Amino acid sequence: MADTRKENLIDGATGPWEVIVGMEVHAQVLSNAKLFSGASAAFGGEPNSHVSLVDAAMPGMLPVINVECVKQAIRTGLGLKAQINRRSVFDRKNYFYPDLPQGYQISQFKFPIVGEGIVTVDLKDYSFDVGIERLHLEQDAGKSLHDQDPDHSYVDLNRSGVALMEIVSKPDIRSSEEAKAYITKLRTILRYLGTCDGNMEEGSLRADVNVSVRKQGAPLGTRCEIKNVNSIRFIGQAIEYEARRQIDVIEDGGTIKQETRLFDAKSGKTRSMRSKEEAHDYRYFPDPDLLPLEVSEAFVEDLKTVLPELPDEKRARFMSDYALSAYDAGVLISDRASADFYEAVARGRDPKLAANWMMGDFFAALNKTGKDITESPISAAQLGELIDLISSDVVSGRIAKEVFEIMLEKGGMPGEIVEERGLKQVTDTGAIEKVVDEIIAANPKQVEQVQTKPKTLGWFVGQVMRATGGKANPDAVNALLRQKLQVPEEV
Amino acid sequence: MAKTEIDEATVRRIAHLARVKVTAEEATSLQRELNGILSWVEELNAIPTDGVEPLTSVGGAKLHMREDAVTDGNKPAAVLKNAPKSEDGFFLVPKVIE
Repeated sequence: MADTRKENLIDGATGPWEVIVGMEVHAQVLSNAKLFSGASAAFGGEPNSHVSLVDAAMPGMLPVINVECVKQAIRTGLGLKAQINRRSVFDRKNYFYPDLPQGYQISQFKFPIVGEGIVTVDLKDYSFDVGIERLHLEQDAGKSLHDQDPDHSYVDLNRSGVALMEIVSKPDIRSSEEAKAYITKLRTILRYLGTCDGNMEEGSLRADVNVSVRKQGAPLGTRCEIKNVNSIRFIGQAIEYEARRQIDVIEDGGTIKQETRLFDAKSGKTRSMRSKEEAHDYRYFPDPDLLPLEVSEAFVEDLKTVLPELPDEKRARFMSDYALSAYDAGVLISDRASADFYEAVARGRDPKLAANWMMGDFFAALNKTGKDITESPISAAQLGELIDLISSDVVSGRIAKEVFEIMLEKGGMPGEIVEERGLKQVTDTGAIEKVVDEIIAANPKQVEQVQTKPKTLGWFVGQVMRATGGKANPDAVNALLRQKLQVPEEV
Repeated sequence: MAKTEIDEATVRRIAHLARVKVTAEEATSLQRELNGILSWVEELNAIPTDGVEPLTSVGGAKLHMREDAVTDGNKPAAVLKNAPKSEDGFFLVPKVIE
């Protein structure tokens, strides 16, 4: 592990501190049915309607594992470049809470389905690796509502038994920025794989964040686990607050107590949950209702061969196939839909021009209209045709922007728009020459001036462009003006 | 191997973790019973099992898997049938809040 970068150290009264972060991410598996029952895993629904008698823990009901959830966990493991354990074991994690009707959660403790892996995270100035400790399958709990009634909590078991992947990182993260970049990258990988929708608002992706601080080179400090962090921004805030709190406690002569803390989004602070010590005695033991989960080498190989291209590979390919910079490629591959859109636009065209248009006017238009790329008001075919018109000198860059705005507002293919509105660039030198001559004749003063100040040639270019409604080819205009005014090419 | 002895405090702790109420008398008899079970387990511990795979099933049964299809649910009335209290499709339980 490399030394912590200087900008990531936090200044305290006694000198700089290093913050050490590890994350446990709960990612809801994308599947039709639950992990051990045939009830729907879909979000929402009338209370207790996505519930089978297995999920309600009725006596005598037995869990039967959903093969798709197993495949999804393995796909995710492959995407995390991780060890796939062909034999894993389900255990019972025992605790009592009303939204856990079994009195235990079926999880994997000693033998998880996925072992060690790695995620490479890119920040603007550097890249770093986060080790994956493990990934295991487990059941989600139900949902309790506490505000409906003064004396009762309301329990809905629709989430109960939905499959989750708990992805545990090693403590390889050194700042709030790194933590945010890690979860963003992890979410991108999950979405590429199609194993989790990554929707943090609906709780499909939730993070528990472990934070400790130490002086550089010192042994690891005592950590606190922050629960309930349900957005990327909050993960950053929670780490900033918690690191500062721990530094203050230690510098004031106190010690950090290992505990679970809650992040309060309203105040931006973390607070102690004051749970009883005993609450953490889960008494794990192998679930006698479930035999060990064993998968064949062929089962894993079959999943591996149809694994989609992953973000890192796609970025490398964009850099080599389309000669894009690391930054441009990184932006375009940040989600699969953008990457596919880009490839549809760039195929057989100038890839750099395509990238510039997508990352400029196109993304700006999506932002402005508040639309996702999958519901984009402009199709890849439209943008592609526009780029063709630019490359073949039918329209200038300036007119292309105008055509883009028209497409955005009224729709239509760029070729037709240009035709209907007469926006075609004038490349006919004779026509341009006529305009150039008129402007030179009408402005003797400027003609005199340009002999001593060649930079004022731009004024003539502007006049010609205005007179032609922007349709004159700028290169042709420039060349003609230089020739007629005898202004030499700038070297 | 040292003999594990369960004291009454441990019995009470286990009972609490399992949310089982035990009287003083029951605790004493449970302590005796649990120690009896543990000493039997210790007898088993004397059997050499190094290099023996744990037996997870008899007859070589394999974990059965289901296809990913929605085949169940949509029966809130049946799910709530045994609930002491329910309302609007929810279970009602004594207020729990952390």
